[in-house]
Amino acid sequence: METKDKIQQMLDAYPAKTMKNRRKHIFIKDSLQGEQHIEADTRTVPGTMTNRGCCYAGCKGVVLGPLKDMVHVVHGPIGCSYYTWGTRRNKADADDDGKNFINYIFSTDMQESDIVFGGEPKLEKACMEAYEIFKPNAMTISSTCPVGLIGDDVHAVARRVQEKTGMTTFAVSCEGYKGVSQSAGHHIANNKLMTEVIGKGEKEVEGKFKVNILGEYNIGGDGWEIGRILDKIGYTVISVMTGDGSYETLKNANQADLNLIQCHRSINYIAEMIETKYGAPWMKVNFIGVESTVQSLRDMAKYFGDEELAEKTEEVIKEELKEIKDVIAEYREQCKGKTAFLFVGGSRAHHYQNLLAEIGIETVAAGYEFGHRDDYEGRKVIPTIKTNADNKNIESITVEKDEKNYKVYLSPEKYEELKKEIPLGEYKGMISDMKDGSIVIDDLNHYETEAIVEMLKPDLFCSGIKDKYIAHKMGIFAKQLHSYDYSGPYAGFKGAVIFAKDVSAGLNTPTWGYITPPWKISPVLEGELGGEGTC
Amino acid sequence: MLDFTPKEIKERKALVINPAKTCQPIGAMYAALGINGCMPHSHGSQGCCSFHRMHLTRHFRDPIVATTSSFTEGASVFGGGSNLKTSLKNIFAIYDPKIVAVHTTCLSETIGDDLTTIISEAAPIIPEGKLVISTSTPSYVGSHITGFSNMVKSTLQLLAEGEGKGANGKINIIPGFVNPGDMTEIKELLEKMDVPFTMLPDTSGVVDSPMTSKYEMYPEGGTKIEDIKDAGNSKATIALGTFASEAGSIALETKCGVPSTAIKMPVGVKATDEFLMEVSKITGKPVPWEIEKVRGQVVDIMVDTHHHFHGKKVGIFGDPDQVIAMTEFVLSLGMVPKFMLTGTPGKAFDKQIEKVLDDAGVNKEDSKYMSKGDLFLFHQWIKNEPVDLIIGNTYGKYIARAEDTPLVRFGFPVLDRSVHTYLPTVGYKGAMRLIEKISDALLERADRDAEDKDLELVM
Repeated sequence: METKDKIQQMLDAYPAKTMKNRRKHIFIKDSLQGEQHIEADTRTVPGTMTNRGCCYAGCKGVVLGPLKDMVHVVHGPIGCSYYTWGTRRNKADADDDGKNFINYIFSTDMQESDIVFGGEPKLEKACMEAYEIFKPNAMTISSTCPVGLIGDDVHAVARRVQEKTGMTTFAVSCEGYKGVSQSAGHHIANNKLMTEVIGKGEKEVEGKFKVNILGEYNIGGDGWEIGRILDKIGYTVISVMTGDGSYETLKNANQADLNLIQCHRSINYIAEMIETKYGAPWMKVNFIGVESTVQSLRDMAKYFGDEELAEKTEEVIKEELKEIKDVIAEYREQCKGKTAFLFVGGSRAHHYQNLLAEIGIETVAAGYEFGHRDDYEGRKVIPTIKTNADNKNIESITVEKDEKNYKVYLSPEKYEELKKEIPLGEYKGMISDMKDGSIVIDDLNHYETEAIVEMLKPDLFCSGIKDKYIAHKMGIFAKQLHSYDYSGPYAGFKGAVIFAKDVSAGLNTPTWGYITPPWKISPVLEGELGGEGTC
Repeated sequence: MLDFTPKEIKERKALVINPAKTCQPIGAMYAALGINGCMPHSHGSQGCCSFHRMHLTRHFRDPIVATTSSFTEGASVFGGGSNLKTSLKNIFAIYDPKIVAVHTTCLSETIGDDLTTIISEAAPIIPEGKLVISTSTPSYVGSHITGFSNMVKSTLQLLAEGEGKGANGKINIIPGFVNPGDMTEIKELLEKMDVPFTMLPDTSGVVDSPMTSKYEMYPEGGTKIEDIKDAGNSKATIALGTFASEAGSIALETKCGVPSTAIKMPVGVKATDEFLMEVSKITGKPVPWEIEKVRGQVVDIMVDTHHHFHGKKVGIFGDPDQVIAMTEFVLSLGMVPKFMLTGTPGKAFDKQIEKVLDDAGVNKEDSKYMSKGDLFLFHQWIKNEPVDLIIGNTYGKYIARAEDTPLVRFGFPVLDRSVHTYLPTVGYKGAMRLIEKISDALLERADRDAEDKDLELVM
């Protein structure tokens, strides 16, 4: 049976309405068909066992949580705060002021009486108690599901705390039920960081070639490896959003000459708003994979158009490649010819395809948990994305040009010229990089995971913790691309080697050889089986 | 590490920092996994279900299945009835469980969804022979232990039948929020005593499933539905731990008249003795030599190695039933339990800790203990009076590092070590294992700290 028919068979098992929904979220890439469309960022069908999380997880868990010098008070029952305690591996190291609260989490631990009578007084008290003990550089308040329902005015509380303490304090209404996935939370967090933090800095950041790295969460130290390379070349990284990031550095993000976008999904809103308000354009980069890293570095050098920088870029690339190429080649020997199925958040399912290819592994299926159509099909489809009941409620803010602080690094003519060569303000999406015949799937659920793994029998399944051991039980190595199985960094040059080593270990560990007991393969009781005579 | 935790303790009235508990639904999800062929279902936003599956999977390193009603803003305004009905239709069509166990969340509780009504309206879409049960687990009440307790209670209230006359000759055991390794140990003790039993929930054979190259969504383990139904015909129910297990046991007594007894979780020799005595009392079966022999081995170890433990100060945190039982166990080793803390609320915690201290002849003024506490406070206690050992879950590693104090991982969750879910902490074998873990931790530290001239070969 062809893959197409197998997919149809998989869909046919669904109740009719579910089938109609799910079939729009999956297709087989076929360039002959011209543009292929996918449905994404729409409601999950209840009961299908989705991998998706909630708005709060995207807002506090992903975007705000890593900001280390801030205290993030979660207003809600204890669980929401508890589950974002150290679980995403966004590493952080204190800056000169020593303020790093990453190993602490803060909750109002709402009780029944707070739900009945309102939780505002408790929230305000909690914020003040946190301020007294920690004296953070700034504070956030995150709303959880019941807060929106009972109508606590978290924004008013934030204003009162700010008035009392003089510390920047803002609230985010990121109740879990908003939107259809974590994605709504990213957008809400982006809006607030733009209106409450970016541009508040008063000191001029010194240095040449100033950039921000957006959508880099320093999982397993990825941001540190990227920072190491950029530093070596001579860039000035003003801020990282938000891995190992801080309020103090983020304040100055408006001063950058260029914004680099690693994870397009979670942070493109800020990039666009900075461009409108302060003038700095953004460029899509990918620091996952050796070739992608090299390409991104060259694109950056091209943007700045500085001869010395371009030379230094090539020098660093040469030096770094020299150090890793033999090791990567060795791992390639151990992994080549294998296939992979990737299902990750909103960018990694794309980013890792190149790195896997570099070690000889072909991606045969890939999808996003909470990507939008533009993450699949490219930004060109943005004007055609329909508004629906879920996304229309997620506030989209408009910013205006800040005449005082607006600066132009490139003339409009130069920008247009460069845009033809480098991905300025552009992201082409995942599908463009995938091979014909591979499966593209959105919001994969448990049932489809089992079916597709069974269908394609990939050697490697790259996803998260919830489906990791399902693949293992089926005898297929699963690599977590959310938490990296507690390894990393995987970004940049050194990260590529660590990834290759980990994947090779997973594929080649002798442990797989023990699954079938020997007595299931060779008859141990031959001759003693009596009448049957065979085994 | 944790550099901002001041030594000086100031009372906090509103802020919890680094909790020693999580919310109800994860406990309900875990309890439901202990029913054979069951799909746990979370009635709320997607994030709850995702967080709980993530956390349980990390602790057990095994697949954890559960579905969600995927509330949107609309469902939060108009009620989640249709989301639950759609869920049930999909769950039975594609996942085909024998039973779906629904629990609520703070969201569905706050909007007031009435699960009983919604499920009765859903009757036409529930296939014949399949069951749907539900429990109320508001996240803003109690803790994950309360959620576990509520799910067990509702399961028995909804499914158990019978007249409590002991017609089936069995006893019921509610093991508490423990690992499959603990449940297996309790079952083995009962088997050795030749006592027929039903354990609810029973996650052994579910979240410790073997590698076979074939994924089974519903592994062979879990309490069989017919056994749960028959629980009303048992002689008695023994609840191991008052916090996680007693409510279910009392509910069954109320419904079917099966006598309920709540005792400590059998951690350590004394609590295991009490458990076996209770079983013996109910069934008239003696404790066989096979079990007594292991008890003797444990006591032999305790006597021979008492000098490793005697007088060492310990801080214990975690779930209440575990902390209470562990306090008694460390006392039996001659250790000094200085600090006992749980995040789960309940005055019964203080009372039971006091009783344990009293029974051991220890002045309770010399210890600090608290329910509804957090790890920030626990750390401050230790800063003010250092201990030799911390016993608690993985989150204790921050404090252990900050204070350079050894940590023995015990309870839920343990996210940074493996194998622990397969092996017992209860029963005599569990006691033996805990002694090994505690002495390893203390003696490794002694070796590390010893100067060259003082390094002992034999200890």
